[in-house]
Amino acid sequence: MSMMLMIHPDKCTGCRNCELACSMEHEGNFRPKASRIHVYTWEREGFSVPMMCQQCKDAACVTVCMPRAMHRNPANGQVELDADKCIGCKMCVQACPFGCASWDFQGLQILKCDTCDGSPSCAAICPTHALEWVEDTISAQARKRSFAAKLKNAFAEV
Amino acid sequence: MHGWIGRILRIDLGTGKVSTEALKPELARDYIGARGLGTKYMYDEVDPMVDPLSPANKLIFASGPMTGTFAPSAGRYDVVTKGPLTGTIAASNSGGAWGPELKYAGYDMLILEGRAEKPVYLWIQDEKVEIRDAAHLWGKDVPETTEALNAETAADAKIACIGPAGENLSFIAAIMNDMQRAAGRTGVGAVMGSKNLKAVVVRGTGAVTVADKDAFLAAVAKASTMIKEHPVGGTGLRLYGTNVLVNILNSVGGLPTANFQDGHYPTADKVGGETLAANQLQRPKGCFSCIISCGRATKVTNPKYKGEGEGPEYETAWGFGPDCLIDDLDAVLKANYYCNEYGIDTISMGGTVACAMELFHRGVITLEDTEGLELDFGNAEAMVEAVRLTGLGQGFGRKLALGSYRLASLYGHPELSMTVKKQEMPAYDPRAVQGIGLNYATNNRGGCHVRGYSISPEVLGVPFKVDKDTIDGKAELVALFQNLTAALDSTGSCLFTTFGIGAPEFAELMTSLTGFAYTGESFVEAGERVWNLERLWNLKSGLTAADDTLPPRLLKEPIVTGASKGAVSRLPEMLPLYYGVRGWDADGVPTKEKLSALALA
Ligand code: SF4
Ligand code: SF4
Ligand code: SF4
Repeated sequence: MSMMLMIHPDKCTGCRNCELACSMEHEGNFRPKASRIHVYTWEREGFSVPMMCQQCKDAACVTVCMPRAMHRNPANGQVELDADKCIGCKMCVQACPFGCASWDFQGLQILKCDTCDGSPSCAAICPTHALEWVEDTISAQARKRSFAAKLKNAFAEV
Repeated sequence: MHGWIGRILRIDLGTGKVSTEALKPELARDYIGARGLGTKYMYDEVDPMVDPLSPANKLIFASGPMTGTFAPSAGRYDVVTKGPLTGTIAASNSGGAWGPELKYAGYDMLILEGRAEKPVYLWIQDEKVEIRDAAHLWGKDVPETTEALNAETAADAKIACIGPAGENLSFIAAIMNDMQRAAGRTGVGAVMGSKNLKAVVVRGTGAVTVADKDAFLAAVAKASTMIKEHPVGGTGLRLYGTNVLVNILNSVGGLPTANFQDGHYPTADKVGGETLAANQLQRPKGCFSCIISCGRATKVTNPKYKGEGEGPEYETAWGFGPDCLIDDLDAVLKANYYCNEYGIDTISMGGTVACAMELFHRGVITLEDTEGLELDFGNAEAMVEAVRLTGLGQGFGRKLALGSYRLASLYGHPELSMTVKKQEMPAYDPRAVQGIGLNYATNNRGGCHVRGYSISPEVLGVPFKVDKDTIDGKAELVALFQNLTAALDSTGSCLFTTFGIGAPEFAELMTSLTGFAYTGESFVEAGERVWNLERLWNLKSGLTAADDTLPPRLLKEPIVTGASKGAVSRLPEMLPLYYGVRGWDADGVPTKEKLSALALA
């Protein structure tokens, strides 16, 4: 069993505190462009969705990384980057279907969520718990249950 | 520098000259940023007698040192200029993500001078600054402009722009950023329009740095906890937004009704925050770095008033609701959406429609004047149409676009305009709540609640309870709140953080962030410095103590019904006390001693 970052866009207010916390954790300053998480907001509808690496099991970034800088840590199941091995070829950037590996042209580094070594700063700061660090199996069950509750309400009405 | 970027971008729209200059550290320390620093630059560079809509007026977009950090709810910026509505120094403050982006692009402030020959917009990407043609955007509303600009610049660029109201130089036009947030008050949108400037588009890749990281993280954690544990800052505002105040103010008899003819409205609950939460609310929204989330993403499905967007704030719901004798929340929301789309200040718009309704009700204006609009109290459809026409500058809307003071004066009845220094007062009746009346009368930008929010102690009991009906201690209270607010506005913080933290916490945040040592006292003193500088500007622009007053109605006509029945404002008794507390002479002029104590002499 491993941990995962659950995203609840319905609770997200679009405040971007998560971006700031991520930048502070990794860069020691506030630079959202260097954050490993980004929040997308649709202003007309007032809807926001935070996005970060989902630590895929079959990770495209790992597959394409020739020097094996991007690799899976068997201990915790996370996809990790060994910055010393990285040659900056940006193949992972091209490979990630979610756009969650990116190239920081100022820091000359790959930006990818490292779960803050198992203690995510973004989830800690999120004021509405739109980000949660939970056991992967339990988390899915919780979401299933909450969706089932919505269905129950819908059916109860007819 | 830490907190501040240390650099100012200056653009002369007339000549197209773009330059940058260093921010002086002592000025930053003493005037902090945003409202304070912007005012200092206006004071040093612009003649207070300037015509607000002439090229000689400047338009300053100023962030604060906390803007762009994760200090709780501190992502704001101010638009500082001479306001065409009031003729005062203007600083209109807005949240969203535009202010932080300006800093990431590498600037604390953007100073705009002159006037472009034809419509333009600015495209600022870090060091790269372009003045681009905006002919294709002129006439577009705010959402259309925002989407068009995101498409032709960058999807993640942040946009501040005007809508048709600003283009038409409406005295109540706002500058809108991030589509839904407004620098609303004093008509700053018209200044932008007068410069032929449709939008400022910014994308930044840089950083805001911190002087003492560990101390700053500790100060942020402490401040956040205090706000989260506060019943208003922590949960109240997220659940119901600012509009939770409708029922609270109504219950104390301080909800101005029918253009301030009364202080109580029997069906107020129908436009309150609780009703909104049960019906039109989609979800709470937060500005950049906000932990409070008072923003309301709302949607109206009623075909008559269909729309979606952000709002309403309490003042908006009140202005289009009880102040117009309207209790149809869908109509209120539609009026709010129009304001956001066309770029109008909702408070001044609401107050102006209410004033027009009283003029109509009394027969001062007729259907002929309104071009067929039955603009009487209670007519929700006419109210919404009046807002639309104002936004587009059509029909009777052209007169409404002047604001209520100029409108009522046109028809010979300035006393029916519920304004201070020509700006519409917000949703708290000065007869029912004595301190707020003193704040309105003495406010440096006219009728305004957010720069001396004495409602907090007088009505909400935060951070301590004060009798709303007494005048004892109100001069001290109002001056203190005005000073504290001037300082916190200048940091880039949101006023609502004071539902949780005060001067000592701001001082800790500022000290650890910037490396300059602030104490609670020196922080409030910086606010007092800003307040006095604003006062000096206003005096130089021709205002006098005679302008520190309220509409005669509030001094003479008692509230008719509700919990504050019989009350009038006792401003004439409070004003001399206030001048005394301020260290000003009997004419409201700061004394030499006061000015030198604040290093303003
Ligand atoms: S940029 Fe670095 S981590 Fe990404 S694929 Fe290339 S070597 Fe691997
Ligand atoms: S877990 Fe850490 S690295 Fe990943 S997005 Fe959140 S703050 Fe950034
Ligand atoms: S901190 Fe939470 S609420 Fe704020 S943008 Fe990030 S995920 Fe959304």
